[in-house]
Amino acid sequence: MTRHARRRSQLPDSSAATGLHAEEHNPALLHHFAEPQQQRDAASLGMWVFLATEVMFFGGLFCAYLVYRRLYFGDFAAASKTINMGLGATNTAVLICSSLTVVLAVWAAQTARRTLLIVSLIITMLLGVVFLGIKGIEYVEKFEEHHVPGASFSFDHVAIPGHPGQYADPHHAQLFFSLYFVMTGLHALHMIIGLGIFLWLLTMAWKGRFTPEWHTPVEIGGLYWHFVDIVWIYLFPLLYLIDRHP
Amino acid sequence: MSEHSSAKSPLKGYIAVWIALLAGTGLTVYAATLDLAPYNAAVALGIATIKATLVALFFMHVWHASEKLTKLVVIAALFFLLLLLGLTMTDYATRLWS
Repeated sequence: MTRHARRRSQLPDSSAATGLHAEEHNPALLHHFAEPQQQRDAASLGMWVFLATEVMFFGGLFCAYLVYRRLYFGDFAAASKTINMGLGATNTAVLICSSLTVVLAVWAAQTARRTLLIVSLIITMLLGVVFLGIKGIEYVEKFEEHHVPGASFSFDHVAIPGHPGQYADPHHAQLFFSLYFVMTGLHALHMIIGLGIFLWLLTMAWKGRFTPEWHTPVEIGGLYWHFVDIVWIYLFPLLYLIDRHP
Repeated sequence: MSEHSSAKSPLKGYIAVWIALLAGTGLTVYAATLDLAPYNAAVALGIATIKATLVALFFMHVWHASEKLTKLVVIAALFFLLLLLGLTMTDYATRLWS
């Protein structure tokens, strides 16, 4: 429905051509909606339903994480301590800043500020690239330390925090790193898709397609970006901060 | 989603939420370095939930959503997520053989 709405509203003539209520028809409004507000609400509701399916999608992984963290807490804490907390915290701040620029972009579209909209979209994308770059540095560290699950995985003689003399079971640590790579990898994939969506938004904004009356793609693209931010808000403490106190 | 575009500028609110989110990130890193015994996880998840709620309510405009169904979808998503996590954990936590 939303895709249809987007396409139609770029062709303001299509509804007038039918000759039905041509006199006072709003070109940004589809026939089956009573008013622009209802059309916007329908589009964002559709996005929210999609995000609900995303909650369940990530929910399965969070569930697997919870089950194994409870079973192998000491091993998970030892493995978590080897991830770079500073990079993770920096990335959290980067994503929070990008959420602010997204909200500025939506506001700019609502209030017809084209320059602010374009600048906000560009800064958002730059922050997204910075996030992926930092993530890449983190992954490289893990490869160098042989913490990537697989044939060359090694996690010998790593002490369990708070239990002197006890070492983490490499098999259980490998389970932690599997979850770490799948969860952060899937999140990074969402970031890459988000960058694609924002590149498209940027070209649309550049062409001046968005008006205070119709800027639905900016709104629902923004909802997607914020959702990806929320996933990271949970991933950061769960993966990086299991047991950090000295 | 609808900010009733004219009215007063929402920018101050956005900046306040942004600062709160950054402060929450700092706080969660600091709290992780403290030994709160069994409460470390609860504190970390509590801060994360406050941050996520701020993002959803103000950045994703759930607070001002004119469409009540949006709130219903959000609550339904949370309900089913908690059902998934809650029922799974009650199962695993009560398995005497593991």
